[in-house]
Formats: sequence, C-alpha cells, structure tokens
Amino acid sequence: MFNKRKPSQVPHDAEKDAFQPHLHSRHRAGRVWLLVFQVSTLIGIVALSALLYNVANAAFGYAAIENKVDPASLSINGIPLEQLHPLDLTYILQEHVSEGLFRKFAREKPMEEYSREEIYDLVMRWVVQPQVVETWTLFDSLAHRDEIMRQAAEKYPQARIFFRSWLTSQFLTTPQSSKPEFAGVRTAILGSLWTILITLLFAFPVGVGAAIYLEEYTIDTPLNRIIQTNINNLAGVPSIIYGILGLAIFVRLLEPLTSGALFGYVKDATTANGRTILSAGLTLGLLILPLIIINAQEAIRAVPGSLRQASLGLGATRWQTIWHHVLPSALPGILTGAILAVSRAVGETAPLVVVGASTFITFDPDGPFSKFTTLPIQIYQWTARPQAEFRNIAAAAILVLLALLLTLNASAVLLRNRFSRRL
Amino acid sequence: MNKLHKRPRRGEGFIQGFLFLAAALSILTTVGIVYELGKESLNFFTRQMWENTNKQIVADVRPEDLTLTINSSGSDLHSGEIIKISEEIMQVTAVAGGQVTVARGLQNTTPGAYNAGLDIFESRRVSLVKFFTTTRWEPQIGNFGIWPLLNATLMTSLMAMLVALPLGLSIAIYLSEYASQRVRSWLKPILEVLAGIPTVVYGYFALTFMTPLLRSVFGKGVVEIYNTAAAGIVIGILVIPLVSSMSEDALRAVPVSLRQAAYGLGATRLEVALKVVLPAAISGITAAFIVAISRAIGETMIVAIAAGAGPNFTFNPFKSAETMTGHIVRISGGDLSYDSIDYNSIFAIGLVLFVITLGLNIVSQRVVRKFREVYD
Amino acid sequence: MSQAVISKNPYVFEVRDLNIFYDDFKAVTDVNLKIERNKITAIIGPSGCGKSTLLRAFNRMNELVPGTRVEGEVLFDSQNLYAPDVDPIEVRYRIGMVFQKPNPFPKSIYENVAWGARIHGYQGDMDELVERSLRSAALWDEVKDKLDQSGLSLSGGQQQRLCIARAIAVEPEVILMDEPASALDPIATLKIEELMQELKKDYTIAVVTHNMQQAARVSDYTAMMMLTGDSRAGTVIEYTDTKVIFTMPKDKRTEDYVTGRFG
Repeated sequence: MFNKRKPSQVPHDAEKDAFQPHLHSRHRAGRVWLLVFQVSTLIGIVALSALLYNVANAAFGYAAIENKVDPASLSINGIPLEQLHPLDLTYILQEHVSEGLFRKFAREKPMEEYSREEIYDLVMRWVVQPQVVETWTLFDSLAHRDEIMRQAAEKYPQARIFFRSWLTSQFLTTPQSSKPEFAGVRTAILGSLWTILITLLFAFPVGVGAAIYLEEYTIDTPLNRIIQTNINNLAGVPSIIYGILGLAIFVRLLEPLTSGALFGYVKDATTANGRTILSAGLTLGLLILPLIIINAQEAIRAVPGSLRQASLGLGATRWQTIWHHVLPSALPGILTGAILAVSRAVGETAPLVVVGASTFITFDPDGPFSKFTTLPIQIYQWTARPQAEFRNIAAAAILVLLALLLTLNASAVLLRNRFSRRL
Repeated sequence: MNKLHKRPRRGEGFIQGFLFLAAALSILTTVGIVYELGKESLNFFTRQMWENTNKQIVADVRPEDLTLTINSSGSDLHSGEIIKISEEIMQVTAVAGGQVTVARGLQNTTPGAYNAGLDIFESRRVSLVKFFTTTRWEPQIGNFGIWPLLNATLMTSLMAMLVALPLGLSIAIYLSEYASQRVRSWLKPILEVLAGIPTVVYGYFALTFMTPLLRSVFGKGVVEIYNTAAAGIVIGILVIPLVSSMSEDALRAVPVSLRQAAYGLGATRLEVALKVVLPAAISGITAAFIVAISRAIGETMIVAIAAGAGPNFTFNPFKSAETMTGHIVRISGGDLSYDSIDYNSIFAIGLVLFVITLGLNIVSQRVVRKFREVYD
Repeated sequence: MSQAVISKNPYVFEVRDLNIFYDDFKAVTDVNLKIERNKITAIIGPSGCGKSTLLRAFNRMNELVPGTRVEGEVLFDSQNLYAPDVDPIEVRYRIGMVFQKPNPFPKSIYENVAWGARIHGYQGDMDELVERSLRSAALWDEVKDKLDQSGLSLSGGQQQRLCIARAIAVEPEVILMDEPASALDPIATLKIEELMQELKKDYTIAVVTHNMQQAARVSDYTAMMMLTGDSRAGTVIEYTDTKVIFTMPKDKRTEDYVTGRFG
C-alpha cells in the first residue's frame, strides 16, 4: 500500500523518483531512540530507588549485641532487671561503677530524684554495656535469615541477635553519644529547628520586602536592574561560598553580636567565638534569600493588575494597596516559595561546617547563642566514621531528615493546591 | 472642600526605604562575598611565611652591625631577599661569600643583639604564578599549587556531566515530546523528589552504595575506598533533575506550530524531536548544561564524603583526590584559627570557585539572551 | 485493481461517512464528499464548525492531538488513509500542509525548503530543488540573495510563501491549506491567492477559509459546513460548484451564511 511507490498514480512520477524516503529505517531509528529516552528515564527512577533502598537497607536489619555484663546475672531473687525496684537498681549501679562516676550521678541530682527509667538507663549504659558487634543489612536480614543466625551463633556465642530498627523513639529523644548504641538525634533536631527559626525570621521579611520593592516600586533604573541581575546571580553561587562569607562576617567580624557578648549573654567561653546558632541561621538566611525573593516576585507578579488599579482608584496609597490587596492574594504563593526555600536550608550541610558546627555536643541548644549541630551535620559526621554501626545510625538520621523534608514539601504542595483553586 | 494638597506621608516613605534596603541587601551580600574573598586572598598572597634556610650566623651581631657573618650550610641568600633572625626582619642588600650586608629593623622591628648560632629564616610568599601553575598542595611545607584541587574538581564535574547531560537531556526529550500527560504527572514529582534530597544524603549514597558497586565491578585493587568516580557519578545523578527540568522548559517553549509544520512534511516523531524542536531549543539547553556544570563544580558534601581527604594530583578516577570544595570543608571543619595560612587559603580557593561558577552563570544567561529565537 | 483504472479516477479524495471525535466530543459528523484532482476545493463555514478538523483528516494530522478518534473512510487514490497498515508519515509525505499562521523553522531560508526533502532522502540536486520550489512559491526573486538568512527574518506574507515552498519541495500530490491568508495583510493575501491559481496546475488544493470572498475568488468547488443536530457536530450541508454556492445555494442556511445574514 503506502509503503510502496506506485509511480503511475502520481502526477509527478519523475520527480518523486528522486526521493528515497526509507520509511522503514526511519521508523526503526524512531523506535531505537524512544527506547534510549525511556531507558534514561528509567535510570533516573532506578537511581532514586537505589538511594532510598540503600538508606532503608542500613536503617533496619539484624544486629548482634554482646553485653559486658549479662543482665540475667544482675537479677535479684529471680526478678529480672527490667522489673527491679529503683532502690535495687541504684544498688546495682553503685556496685558496678566506680565511686567517682557514681558520685558524678549523685551530683547531677540526688539519687532518689532519679526516675526508675533513668536509673535503668544508667544501669544499661554503664553496667550492662551492650555493644553492637555486627550488623546486617535489611536485604540480607530478610533474604538470608537462617544463614545470619547460624553465622552469628558461631562467631558471637555470647551475643543476642535480633532484628533492630535503628530509628526508634529513643533515637529521636536522646542526645549525641560516642557509642552508636546510645546515640540519638535530639540535639541535632533541636539544632536544626533553632537554626531554621533564625533563618526564617531573617530571610522571610527581608526576602518578601525585597520582592515587593522590585515588583511594586521599581522603575527601570540601572540600579534596580543591577539588583535584579545580582539576585539571579546570587542564586547560582555555590552554598559553600556562603559558608565562607558567614565565617568571615558573622563568626569573625560580628562576633560580639553573634556570640551574645554584646547582650551580656555568654554562657561559657566556648560559645563566645561566634560559632553559634545565630551565625548559622543568618548564613542560611543569606543563602536562601535569593530563592525567597525570586519565588515571592513570581507570586506578586501573578496578582492581576486590575486589583491594584481598583484599590488605587479608591484613593488608597501604594502601601495600603500592597498591604490590603496584593499581599493577601500573593501570600499562598509567597509561603509556598518560602517553604521550598526553607527545605533547601534544612538540608544544607557545607556552609554550616564552614561556619563551625560543633563536632560533638550532648546538651540541648537553648537559644540563638548556643553552640549547635544540625541533622545534616550529624549525618555527615556519622557517615565519615569508619565503623559500620555509625552507618546504621547515619541511615536512621537520614530517614528523620527525609521525613522532615517530606512534611515541609507536602505542606508546600497543599498550599499550592489551595492557591490554584482560588484563582 | 479641602484643596487637593499633597500630603506628606512619612509612613509610606519609611516603608519604601525599608523595602529598598531589603532589596539592596543582595548587593551587600555580593559586595561582602567579593570583599571578603578578595581581602583574605590578598592576605594569602602577600602573607610572609618564614622558612628556615638552615644557615646560621657564626658571629655575634650587635644592633648597629650592618654585616652578618654566616656559614655556608643551607640554601643560599640573594640580594634583595627578606630574612629574619629571631624577631627582627632585615633585607639582604649584598652577598659576598660568608659576609652578608643587610638593612636592619624592617617592618617596624627593632634591631637587636644576637648570639652566634641563631638560625636565619627566609621570607617566602605564595606566588600567584606558582598558585596557578604548580601541582602540589602541601600547606605544611609551604607549597600552594591549586592544580591538585582544581583537577579533582574538574574530574568529578566531568564525570558528573558524562552522567547528567545525556540522561538529563534524554529525560527532557521524553517528557516533552513523547510522554503522555499521565506519565508526566508521575515522572515530574519523582524528579522533584530527586532534586529535593539533601546533598549529604547523596554523599552517603556515594560512599555506601556507588563506591562498593564500582569496587565490585572493577575490583577492589583498582578502586580505592575514596575515589572521584563514585563522587562524580553521584553528582551526575544529583544534577539530572536540574538538566532535565531546564531542558524540558526549553523544549516545551518551542511553539507547537513548528512541530506541526514538521509533521505536515511527513517527519517522524524522532525527526521532529531531534531535527526541529531540539535545534530550536538549543540556547535553553546550552544554558541548562552550563548551569549544571556550575552546580557540579560547586557541589561540596558528596565530594567531602566520597572523593577523599588529601590533595592528590591524579587523572585516575578510581583514586582518591580532594576537590576545592572538599578541601574547604575539611580545613574549616577542624579548629581553624584566624590569620593562619589555612584560614587565608580557603578564601583563595573560594575566590577561584566563585569566579568560575559566577562566570559560568553569566555565560549561561548570555547564551539564553543572545540566541533566543524570537517567534511571532 | 489495475493502475489504468486508478489514474482515470478524477477524484483525489473520497470521504465516506466520516465522523471525528475528540475524546467523547463529536466534532465532525457524517461527512461524504469527493475532491477533484487539480482543482481548488474550499471548505467554508462559521467558526468552530469543524472545517480545520475535516481538513486535517486528509493527512492524519488530527491524531497528533491525544484522544482524537476517526470513524469512516478517507480514500486517497482509492486507498483508505485510515486502514491499519497505512503509515501516517507516508500520508503526510504525499499530502502536504500549509498552516494558518506562517511557521517557518528557525533555520535559514534554504534549510527551511531543503529540510523536508532531506529527511525523505532526496537524491537530486538540492540547490536546484530549493530554487525550483521557491520559484513555484513566487518567492525566489525576493530571497535569492539571502538564502542563508533566518526564515523568521522575512515578512509575514513571505514567511507563508516560504512555508508553501517548503511544502512543495517534498513534491506532494495534494496541498492542504488551513486558512493560509488569515494572518496576512490584503496585499500578501492577494499574492497567496494568485499563487494558488498557479499551483493548481500541478497540485490538488483543499483550502479552509472563513473569508467567503476568498472562497469565491479562488476555488472551483466549495463545501459549506455547519453545526447540526443535537450533538452540535459539524457536517457538510452543501457541496457543489463554487459559482452555484454563491449564486443559487439550495440550502437556506448556506444562503443566509453567504449573504451575510449569519455568523
């Protein structure tokens, strides 16, 4: 049919002969390339899956744990350790730890004020001292369960082998520790939240203000054009450069301010060097400022001009028009953009390393002048450790971070949907 | 009725002032970046470091003496060189065998009396030429050649582009020219998720997944635990969404009428995509590529975790090598004291990084503006 | 079927019971018509009555819009264009199209003309083909000194003639024109109309227009389309000699339309 030339039925036979359309090979090329495009897309999906699988693989799985002291040997009159009375637990603690250490516990608060859980925790940590001797990935744990059990029983006859989620409620609520079994992300989560709070308090008003200025007040002067170009360029500056800027300006130059010395607030000498939550928050603020401005500009631009004219036509001033009409209409868009910018800040690591996140702190941050660590910093430090157990808790911390980001993004999507419904 | 006088509105003016300041802060940020990077880089290049010449003065020196007697060990002194004995800085004006004539008490130091046997230190600076031409970065012994760091950065970026450009562009073409609305509504969010994952997580992925994968494919003896290949490939995965979304925007901006014209001539879907739409969108795609390169060069956490700690001038992607960004993170992660050469050096590296990425971003904007086809 | 019979067939297209749907919406219903070789056939009617949809059914351009479905037959030289084994690429290769808005590729004038011929494996002298096509489109004299300039640098009327040259270069048997002059000024329009008269010596032309004077000036036959029935789908209500349509239409609705009492 159409795949064959039929010269006689065509008016311009002679000329058409000059064409060799090779439809067959052209269609084949089309199919081959389509396959290339599809495979490329598939690779992208596979990469994402591999990344998530890799994290989950390390966050859950069998662990072999050996106790320094068998809890069974600590039972008194046949009552297992978990059910002992606090006084008995205190007794066990006193028996097994050094005098100095016990005095240290007593100095923090009188022993009788410790709750049962707290004492039990101390006994576990300082007497039983469970230690992870080996861990297995989720995949192996599911696929080769018997094999693992056999191997572990051979290698670690003393050990208890059980399926462990490294992401537990205890993981979320305990501070950093040098032992992976007891380490948690409490300090890091609080550090992240504090930092983001500062970032928002700084970047949101300034960013939205800049966007309003650029969209509502600018006349096309060279200065304003430079500002606009400059903002676009700043959005492309690598984040680590902001870290260097933060180090030079906030940590070093503005040290009296960022360490709290200016306000007479210096808790201990180690925070007075300016490597505080305030410096970190301001640095991240500068980092996401261009993003907030650009997003807010788009939201403001989407507000129809007729709305402004209606307001101005009633004799409202420019600011009244903006405050009462433009901003309320643009707010969902501005908020969506701000949330996305914040989720970028939540995941930032490099600038905070440069600004001087602490490598090891166990106390909760209590204000903008505290030393800090954040979730990504914690993940970085744990990942960089050679021991396998730290990989496990790094993976658990990644799950916490991803959950936090997912929450942020979901709220952005919800806002965006509400926004688009209204228009 | 009141006259239509102009009323002063101080509040309005105040608000506008605040808004202007908010916008101008971005300029301040840029100025801050340029000033701080520039200032500390200048310190880096003008900083005096003292290197022991392993020469000693062999006779006692009084404060008024202008001639030093030195031994022949160590490296030679030359006329014009700045030297230091104890805390005093001097300049060599003439050298005659074991006798050196000097100008004393330079740079606000006070001439003093010194006993024989004191070491002579020679002033050394990081020269701009050496910085850009030598291939050793060894701060402990005063070698500051940026090439090991720059080379590692280029290696990881090149690797990343080998992954991200073909894949990102293919995905963009698929999304823009082939995928149905339904498929798009699935794929776009997946790519957005990929783009939203923090880089430190990608770093974890590179170290705990990509590196073992490479080691199992190429052999443990070939691939080191820290290597630029794994880091580069993962950076590539990281920038795929950037390339694909920017390129897709460029492809979709090509008017439908052009596609129709091509179909009307009997072109296949592939011919329409590759021979009409792609060339018409080439400026946007080029811009996407350039931005992706800039992003890869500036990427930090992946290389800090997976590429290795310690500068290493190598072209072997399976060996460990530290990039510019990785070096900055490692140096500043320790206890960094201000006014140390290390402190200065991260600004110098930062300046190189800033100039490269800013240059690339400006070029990409130019490309878009200059080669944009004007339809209608 | 012998070839002799086919070549004697004076009709290029024969449309039988054609229905076209966009998803569930019926856009064109029950069209039956024959289009004669080396003649200009105009399709007229009010906006949204499916003129362009019908025209695009002649070279299967409709199916580029997802959700389009065609029922019935369009016979091209007695072969159904919608038979399952027909390649739409081949169809469009032999049945060219010129669009409402000039849409030259963002390439040089030369490349615009040569592109289609090149993808179809043209073996002859490309320079000669480009010149011949541009001459046929009455554009050669205006562009012969700037063949390497962008096609977008031309004026609207020149762009449209470039698009016609581009269609001719592939040497189709039919040229479909979808309101080819609607975006042009009167002088450019006149040039296109003159060109159509030239082209019909070698090609069969089907043209959609909303301009009745244009239909009256250029076409040999005219199909009048109108929305009908409960489904409000477009159909051909009258199809005959152009002179007849404009002087003594049989259908009252056609009369209202051509005399300006409608739309």
